[in-house]
Amino acid sequence: MNRSHRAGLPATAAVAAIALALSACGSSGGSSSSSSSSALTASAPGITAKTITIGSHQPLTGVAAPGYDEIAPASNAYFDYVDAHGGIYGRKIVYKFLNDQYNPADTVSVVKQLVLQDNVYAIFDGLGTPTHLAVAPFLNSEKVPDVFVASGCECWNNPAQWPETFGWQLDYVREGKILGSYIKKHFAGQKIGYFYQDDEFGKDGVKGLDDEIPAADVVSRQSYDPTNINVGPQVAALKAAGAKVVVSFSVPAFSALLKLNSLKLGFSPTYVVSDVGADPITLAGLLEAYAKQGGAKVSGNALTQGIITDGYLPTLGDTGNSWIALFKKIHDQYIPKLPFDGNVLFGEAVAYTFVQAMLKAGRNPTREDLVKAIQSGLPQGPAVAPYAYSASVHSGMTGAYIGVIKNGTIVQEGPVLTTTTAPTSAITPYTGSAPAAPASGMP
Amino acid sequence: MTLLRHLAAAIVVALVLVLLTVRLDAFRDYQMAEVACYVVAVAGLTALVGLSGQISLGHGAFMAIGAYSAALLLLHLHWPLPAVLAAAAVITAASGAVVGVAAARLRGPYLAGATLLLAVALPSLALSDPSLFGGDQGLSVVTSTPAFLGPTFPPTRWQAWLTCGCALITLVLLANLARSRVGRSWRAAGDDEVAAALAGLNVARLRVLAFVVSAACAGLAGALLAITTSIVSPGAFTITLSVALLTGAVLGGLGSLAGAVWGSLVLVLVPTYVMDVAASHGLSSSAGSNIPVAAYGVVLVVVMLLFPDGIQGGLVRLYRPVAARVPAWRGLARRKTTGPATAPAPQPRASASEHQEEGSI
Amino acid sequence: MAELFELTLGGLSVGMIYAAIALSLVLIWRATRILNYAQGGLAMFTTYLAFTVITHTGSYWAGFVVTLVAGLLLGGLIERVVIRPVENKPPLNAIIVTIGLLIFLEGLAGVIYGGQYRSFPAAFSIDGLHVGSLALGISANDVFVAAAVLVAALLLAGLFQYTSVGLRLRAAAFSPPVARLLGVRVGRMLTLGWALAGLIGALAGVLVSPSTFLYPNSMDSVFVLGFTAAVIGGLDSPAGAVAGGLILGVALSYVGGYLGSDVVPLFGLAALVVVLMIRPEGLFSAAAARQV
Repeated sequence: MNRSHRAGLPATAAVAAIALALSACGSSGGSSSSSSSSALTASAPGITAKTITIGSHQPLTGVAAPGYDEIAPASNAYFDYVDAHGGIYGRKIVYKFLNDQYNPADTVSVVKQLVLQDNVYAIFDGLGTPTHLAVAPFLNSEKVPDVFVASGCECWNNPAQWPETFGWQLDYVREGKILGSYIKKHFAGQKIGYFYQDDEFGKDGVKGLDDEIPAADVVSRQSYDPTNINVGPQVAALKAAGAKVVVSFSVPAFSALLKLNSLKLGFSPTYVVSDVGADPITLAGLLEAYAKQGGAKVSGNALTQGIITDGYLPTLGDTGNSWIALFKKIHDQYIPKLPFDGNVLFGEAVAYTFVQAMLKAGRNPTREDLVKAIQSGLPQGPAVAPYAYSASVHSGMTGAYIGVIKNGTIVQEGPVLTTTTAPTSAITPYTGSAPAAPASGMP
Repeated sequence: MTLLRHLAAAIVVALVLVLLTVRLDAFRDYQMAEVACYVVAVAGLTALVGLSGQISLGHGAFMAIGAYSAALLLLHLHWPLPAVLAAAAVITAASGAVVGVAAARLRGPYLAGATLLLAVALPSLALSDPSLFGGDQGLSVVTSTPAFLGPTFPPTRWQAWLTCGCALITLVLLANLARSRVGRSWRAAGDDEVAAALAGLNVARLRVLAFVVSAACAGLAGALLAITTSIVSPGAFTITLSVALLTGAVLGGLGSLAGAVWGSLVLVLVPTYVMDVAASHGLSSSAGSNIPVAAYGVVLVVVMLLFPDGIQGGLVRLYRPVAARVPAWRGLARRKTTGPATAPAPQPRASASEHQEEGSI
Repeated sequence: MAELFELTLGGLSVGMIYAAIALSLVLIWRATRILNYAQGGLAMFTTYLAFTVITHTGSYWAGFVVTLVAGLLLGGLIERVVIRPVENKPPLNAIIVTIGLLIFLEGLAGVIYGGQYRSFPAAFSIDGLHVGSLALGISANDVFVAAAVLVAALLLAGLFQYTSVGLRLRAAAFSPPVARLLGVRVGRMLTLGWALAGLIGALAGVLVSPSTFLYPNSMDSVFVLGFTAAVIGGLDSPAGAVAGGLILGVALSYVGGYLGSDVVPLFGLAALVVVLMIRPEGLFSAAAARQV
């Protein structure tokens, strides 16, 4: 039998051919250091005299994509606006966001491509907790700034181990505490039911809720798996336990499903829903088919009426708010096909924060300059409560307001409440005033 | 002698790969490591499906078992790397035995359905005990380049060496196995169970053994994937992975180890390539990001229609004049007229298809 | 007690959807011995077509009819163009082709309609029905869903048993050469089988989309459960498909309600394994071939 060693030769030839093809594609893009403007230099990887290149990983297709696939285009729209108005010290922002389909293995692949092949200056707004956890160690060991992760996990606040990583949005534990304190105050002694996603988003939210709500009041804890749309059993269990208030840490689709299944079962508690899943425009969009239903006794906005939620950015319905006006103007100009909803607001707001940080980092920033800029503290911007950034704290927002959905918009009730993630820390109202948006739209 | 020849071929390829890892940049080294991980898994799967004729839509679950085993061993027991890899393979092999025994009586779509549900259900097991398995966030896997390579050795190159080395070892072992009595028995049982049983083969034991071997490969691949991506979490082992492995095996050429290599290359490189093409045309919108997805689907359909024997079969056909004189080219490919029997169809249909092949009517 | 009642009825109504998907898979299996992995994707795509019609005309029933016709046409077209070349090849080729088709359809839907969730209307009200003050836990729409699937299953059964077309379909699946000798256009019958399966799948899609919201990957998990139901019931038996769907729906509903949603997939796997250990070819399939 003399088959095998001949098999080696053709196989080797094929491997060599592929190798040549790969190495032809595998050119490393070095940063060009042209010196057109006197002061602008290629001060760091990803920075040239004309451009700043940043990267991100986002779920653009797949089961996690609906809704979240709007965030990166919205950030890009704000960056386009900035580029049209002089850029960052004259440099244009190139934003490369790649699709990881919410699969951590793909996240590693695209982030390594962005860092090792495309030589981006920083990774911005990486979306998802399990996905970003897969790349945070790599980014920190490569000393690539990993700014404003799009996830509410507390884990981004870890300057000792991950000095390059910064959170931005209000984390889920804080959110749980703020919602929990509201429930404790207004629904004391009533039966509370939890409905939460069975991952760290839901579990962290529940942790925060449990810090505030007395355990005896919680009569049922129902988790749901985002891949299983049949939440009828969970709602039946909540109803059987007699819950009068249902606190939901759910994404918009499942907040809507919670509502629809409750309608079917004739169950009508008061709903308190996390900001993640309570955007009135998204919810109304999910429920609108029922609103148009002939014979149905409900209309779309009526289905969201009375839902209690929180918000860490101005509410979309507050059209007089200068931030909403600015972001809507940019939306209408650059991404008119997307709905102006919570995801677009999120994307533009976090992009604004990045531009703030880059401007603070200086005319010819190194990667360390960006990290130092954020650590020295950032002005509040569109967030309703101040950022906590410092050398020892890498989490962003500290508070939110409670609001109620009325006629399709969130109406703020009471002051902005701030807290920390420690279990026993107090919830304190924030007495400062929110700054207005700059007239030029640039920080 | 077979072993020596396989080893010689492996050493030649190993040298070429080492040269490649030095010549290419860090990201290409990472892609090489990815491809190598897939080669290990797809090779085991192609042996299972192509040789012993059992379909599995659940090999992603075996990769998960191997990955989590490796992560837990590294995290809690701090075993050295070779021991971890071997243990991951063994643990997964044991689970493969369990699955093989449960699936011994299942054929065709019933086996497909059972393994499909295995792939769906197993990741949720990881969520059941968050303190042990890390829940949704998973466990981080920290390995470092070995000391003897020096402190400035690029980690991506080390990982490429590790994974490619394991892939070559796996391919050599599987090639030997396929040419051994076990491999021939697998083919016999896969071709015609009743005849094989009549000839004295223990068909059930062979089927379980096939599951054990392919699961061990998948477990090793999972452990290697855990090391190269530095994390294990349920999100990386969805049904999509299982389907991708089967797709890679069939696309590359079922039953052929070279096919496993082609299939793995397609799995890793084609989506990235299509995405790059789309990005270079400025298609970053949400509608645009779906174009690579649609294109990948078209590629799968077209390749299957044009190359019914997979890429390896297509290559063989293209080089038929040469191949006629060099039998080695056909690797382990099954003869074209009898595909793996995925269901002992009710007798009338089976005889009907035989009649069709004989060209009647 | 009320919870048990609600869980049972809820499980039955969800089970009807699994039954519909299972039915279409059984149809294709019986006709062409192929496992159509793209069945869910087809259903999703035809439902998007219905969505377009409903949005433009404002009429639910116009969209309903259009989607059924589209399912019929698309199923037949796919068989003729994409599946016919692989029908005589190793069965795995056909599976990979259908996998590629699924990925293509999901991408195409994403390109045309975008990835966001679309709200799809239900045929009837989704308010819960009440008997007196007792909430039944199902809605008028759920009753319609169950009725639609049952009617479709019965019509199919009637077609197969009592019409000459049905006889030809069965003959073509049972023994193509003999059927050809008797004058049956076997190729046309295979196309018709796929067309009917496309119709049933389209029906399933339009019935389930109000609860899942419509987006390119919306039918993925429904397909897995529908496939499980088909396997439990036996891929050769349409009655088994319906029974398998109902059993699965109710069982998973109980597990989700009493044990929590995280164990539902594991329980589904356990149930499937148990059924297949007892009867490796499903509960209702014909007697298994004799093993040596």
